[in-house]
Amino acid sequence: MPADTQVEYGVATYAPEEPGGDVWVLNLGPQHPATHTTLRHVLELDGERVVSCTVHIGYLHSGFEKLGEHLNYNQYVVVTDRMNYVSPMANNIAWHHACERLFDIEITPRCKAIRTIIAELARIQDHLVCVGCSGLDLGGYTPFMYLFNPRELILDLFEEVCGHRFTTSYTRVGGLMQDITPGWGAKVKRFCAEVLPLALDDFEKLLTRNRIFIERTKGIGYISREDAINWGLTGPLARASGVRRDLRKDEPYLCYADNWDGQGSAGVDFKVPISEGGDCYARYLVRLAEMRESARICLQLADNIPSGPVDVLPLEKVTLPDKREIYSSIEGLIHHFEQIMTNRGFRPPVGEAYGANETANGELGFYLVSRGDNTPYRARCRPPSFINYQCFPHLVVGHQISDVVAVLSGMNIIAAELDR
Amino acid sequence: MPGDPTSVITILRERFADVDFAPAPLIDRGRRRADDQMGVRIPPDRLLEVMRFLHDDPRCRFDQLCDLTCVDYSEFHGATDRYGVAYSLLSTVHNHRLWAKCFVNDPAPSVPSVVGIWKGADWLEREVWDLFGVKFEGHPDLRRIVTWEGFESHPLRKDYPLRGRGEREDFDVVTRESA
Repeated sequence: MPADTQVEYGVATYAPEEPGGDVWVLNLGPQHPATHTTLRHVLELDGERVVSCTVHIGYLHSGFEKLGEHLNYNQYVVVTDRMNYVSPMANNIAWHHACERLFDIEITPRCKAIRTIIAELARIQDHLVCVGCSGLDLGGYTPFMYLFNPRELILDLFEEVCGHRFTTSYTRVGGLMQDITPGWGAKVKRFCAEVLPLALDDFEKLLTRNRIFIERTKGIGYISREDAINWGLTGPLARASGVRRDLRKDEPYLCYADNWDGQGSAGVDFKVPISEGGDCYARYLVRLAEMRESARICLQLADNIPSGPVDVLPLEKVTLPDKREIYSSIEGLIHHFEQIMTNRGFRPPVGEAYGANETANGELGFYLVSRGDNTPYRARCRPPSFINYQCFPHLVVGHQISDVVAVLSGMNIIAAELDR
Repeated sequence: MPGDPTSVITILRERFADVDFAPAPLIDRGRRRADDQMGVRIPPDRLLEVMRFLHDDPRCRFDQLCDLTCVDYSEFHGATDRYGVAYSLLSTVHNHRLWAKCFVNDPAPSVPSVVGIWKGADWLEREVWDLFGVKFEGHPDLRRIVTWEGFESHPLRKDYPLRGRGEREDFDVVTRESA
């Protein structure tokens, strides 16, 4: 990138090598294979060099936050599936993490362990797509297919617990839709111990030391540590720029916190990969390392998921009672009725709460305002893609047009989450 | 574990003795549990000054604007102001968070822009302008972001109906002849 590039407030500018030379405009998107979904970039180009980039988003805006004001705390989980559709499970967990923060519920150890495993599988799945696509967008089709095989197996694991591959809607306030099936833990273990490491090794042989790949990604889309913090970057993008921050360590929740089962167990043991590179290659390496760490977390938990119920006790009046309870006892029937009827249901405290999870793209948080009734008064989503994507013009100005694609796939922008 | 935000509030009160920050937990749980999520109120005319201090002061060092959003309090019991622009600040140095709220009212609600402090505020402020109609004075490029140019309403306001005002049905259809 030339030294005289000036960047201010997201509108990057670039001084052409020949002043007065032709600058032409190229529309990348909204329909373009490299944008993956509907995004539009208006690129001003000096030859093949990007002079300025303006991003237009909103093609997939569907008013999720407005809908959140009209759906109750359990219904909205269906909408969160559609936000980051690459890892819907992580969104489900983040949404109900925020709800439980508002309701002040401590979920059961079994539920925590299951949610942690699922959150890590979702992270692996999201990263598989992202690193696979960063190879695909630069012309390598084979590595992409190598990673889609293990991804299918993760989707099978999801399907087994909740019946869906993508639109999972697995979590509920204070618990889960249903308990896991017997033997599921062993399947997770087999996947994380045997299938995934092998697939990643094969994949790395193709790409990590591939000269073409390195030349296309190293030094491309650089962002410094200070800039990354100032632009609000989180997740692998920030960590690839040397920001030491991971909500799983800094604000531990679920099984990442110590004493998660109430019996003094230490939180799961894992490392947070960090790179100082700040470019596309560093992001790729951080994601790869994160997958291996996630697999380690799953292995620690898969064998010892605590027994007991997955839902909090019915005393909390947030979860539906067991079906046998409903059909055989008057208390269960009344409780079920109280939960289901539209003029009853949840009674959260009045106030506001923010709950955030570390998902594959960064900090996914929900800021809830409650009036004390069945639906949130305001359901704000802090979407990592939206906030990460702002600095895109800053990253591509001064690079070649083909690098725009490399930067875009390295950022893993999911347009449904971007526009909501 | 996340740091304790109360020390930041003490520092703020010392530095800006004339401002009433009204610090309170985001949610009042009574005696059940002390909550670590604290919110303060900042009047719009002092916003930039206080935010600059929060960003620069080594004891606060809120170097990241985690989120910026707005809540329309017009149907909230007991609320006196309509729009609460909420800043969620995060310090990656001290690992603490603080929520700052700035209340503004109709007509022409407006707060100063913090893009000069946190570049990450750029799209967030555009989004709040788009969906709530709160203007950010001094924002370099305050355009609509998720709805289209020419759209006139601000959909996340409470007086905007869930099904819209007919924008979807009355949309101009561009035919080959008219294009």
